[in-house]
Amino acid sequence: MKFKYLENIAIADIAFEAYGKTLNEVFENSAYAFFDMTCNPRTIKDKIKKIIKVKAENEKDLLYNFLSELVFLKDSKQLIFNKVKVLIKKNELKATLYGDKIDYEKQELRNDIKAITLHLFNLEKAKNGYKAMVVVDI
Amino acid sequence: METPKDIKKINEVTWEIPTSYKEGMNVPARIIATEKLLNQMDKGVFDQVTNVACLPGIVKYALAMPDAHWGYGSPVGGVAAFDLENNGIISPGIIGFDINCGMRSLLTNLTYDEVKPKLKLLVDTLFKTVPAGVGAKGFVKIDKKQFKEVMEQGSKWCIENDYGWKEDLERTEGYGKIEWADASKVSDKAISRGINQLGTLGSGNHYLEIQHIKEDEIYDKKAAKKFGIFKDQIAIMVHCGSRGLGHEVATNYLQKFDKVMKENNITIKDRELSCAPFNTNEGQDYYKAMACAANMAFANRQLIMHRIREAFSKVFNKDAEELGMNLIYDVAHNVAKIEEHKVDGKKKKLIIHRKGATRAFPPGHDELAKIFQETGQVVVIGGSMQTGSALLLGTKEGESTFYTSAHGSGRTMSRTRAKHEVRGENLQKEMEEQGIYVKSVSMSGLAEEAGFAYKDLSDVLDSVVKAKIGKLLCVMRPIGNLKG
Repeated sequence: MKFKYLENIAIADIAFEAYGKTLNEVFENSAYAFFDMTCNPRTIKDKIKKIIKVKAENEKDLLYNFLSELVFLKDSKQLIFNKVKVLIKKNELKATLYGDKIDYEKQELRNDIKAITLHLFNLEKAKNGYKAMVVVDI
Repeated sequence: METPKDIKKINEVTWEIPTSYKEGMNVPARIIATEKLLNQMDKGVFDQVTNVACLPGIVKYALAMPDAHWGYGSPVGGVAAFDLENNGIISPGIIGFDINCGMRSLLTNLTYDEVKPKLKLLVDTLFKTVPAGVGAKGFVKIDKKQFKEVMEQGSKWCIENDYGWKEDLERTEGYGKIEWADASKVSDKAISRGINQLGTLGSGNHYLEIQHIKEDEIYDKKAAKKFGIFKDQIAIMVHCGSRGLGHEVATNYLQKFDKVMKENNITIKDRELSCAPFNTNEGQDYYKAMACAANMAFANRQLIMHRIREAFSKVFNKDAEELGMNLIYDVAHNVAKIEEHKVDGKKKKLIIHRKGATRAFPPGHDELAKIFQETGQVVVIGGSMQTGSALLLGTKEGESTFYTSAHGSGRTMSRTRAKHEVRGENLQKEMEEQGIYVKSVSMSGLAEEAGFAYKDLSDVLDSVVKAKIGKLLCVMRPIGNLKG
């Protein structure tokens, strides 16, 4: 899981960078950052498997739509995850997510992510693969 | 921090950045702050407030309040007015993702000495009664049709369904209901994010606080008496908004507006300032959808207050009526509304955007209920959970800021950094030693809200009072806090 939080980017919110050797991997690591912000992943049991499909016009928008879908699943279905497998083909993504329903008795919940923002939002090719930059609204 | 070179001092607490500062500025930008706060402001404020000044139809100046800090598109603490007859726009970026994020302040007739021995029990009871944190579900089970009613009726829906008292409405901004709300303008996705969250606090900087009003911190004795505020009284404050619903509405329309801007040849300096001319179908649709989220937020705080009354009633074994749990005021600090203001001596209809800024109507304003006619509207300022909060009153001098005041202390440190500075558990202990019992769903979330991550409340109040955009009514000190 390769991601790091950035200080002093968004005063009221949280910013992170995620990396990956492949496009699939950078998407997965962005999702892992999302999971880590939401809940201590070690306290989530992978009881539920959820497959989602997301489309967009380009890779950058695809990442934005993918992460926004995670916000939607949390708010509308109370689903949080700690494992993900991503498969991207021509701006279409299929993600297999493993996790559970939110449960305060068993899980160490952290931040309630309300939106993925477009501020400094980026996905680019880096030296050894890809790098994403995301600021989330808390 | 560096302030722009060409910033001009208008008076002790007003600073102007001229249109020559940046290409495309239609009006100057003004910052309301003491020199001390101005120097502490992050660079983002100057950059963003001048970006707002470039938008079509803006009148007078783009404003930043004393508690302003960097936000998405516009700073938090930003105010902007657009002329409806002169291509004025509406922009989600100067309203905020959390539409009608706002404050609610209510009283009790209990004194500090009466509450102190039961404080822990009280906070623990509230913790069980008011859902908070990630994924918390509300206690009101309603279907989609009813949720649409909530979005169109706001607090009125709550009163009709016995979640509150009739008199709560006149003590809520606009009687807790925005008339032009139209649920058909809200996406199904937004509805499914919001439907389970009615009556929940959320997380981040949202909280419920039990407060102590000290004798030497009641500044306007006459108004205090009118509202039933007395020395050593216990009050309660709630800070929250429209939860996932507002965010989804804002995101939906930010994307839709990209196309509208192309059609209308509007260029913006920051993608988060995406906007539409107010008098277009898309602009109107957003205005109606925004009102739905705003109404949901009014209802949300009303439902939370209902639960607070129940919790107090349980702990003190008395009815909420007997405990004098009257609402003082509920006010939005993330919303846009059409209001009449004077521009160049003439009254004009403007769409006033307030983001992290509070409406502060003066005494005698015709939109205020009778109880506020003499005093002016109550402004609720939420400080950090370690320092304090305040109530202000609207003034006639507030005309200079479109009758707008500050909304809180304003952050100065990022969440990630605050978390590195202190651990949640240690902060909890430290606060307990200060006499504040705090309970949080998330310990890391607690650390992110430490007092040192915010500006000093007294500096913010100092600026507001000196600028005469608010008159100090009283200050409240935290003794119990519940965080999401």
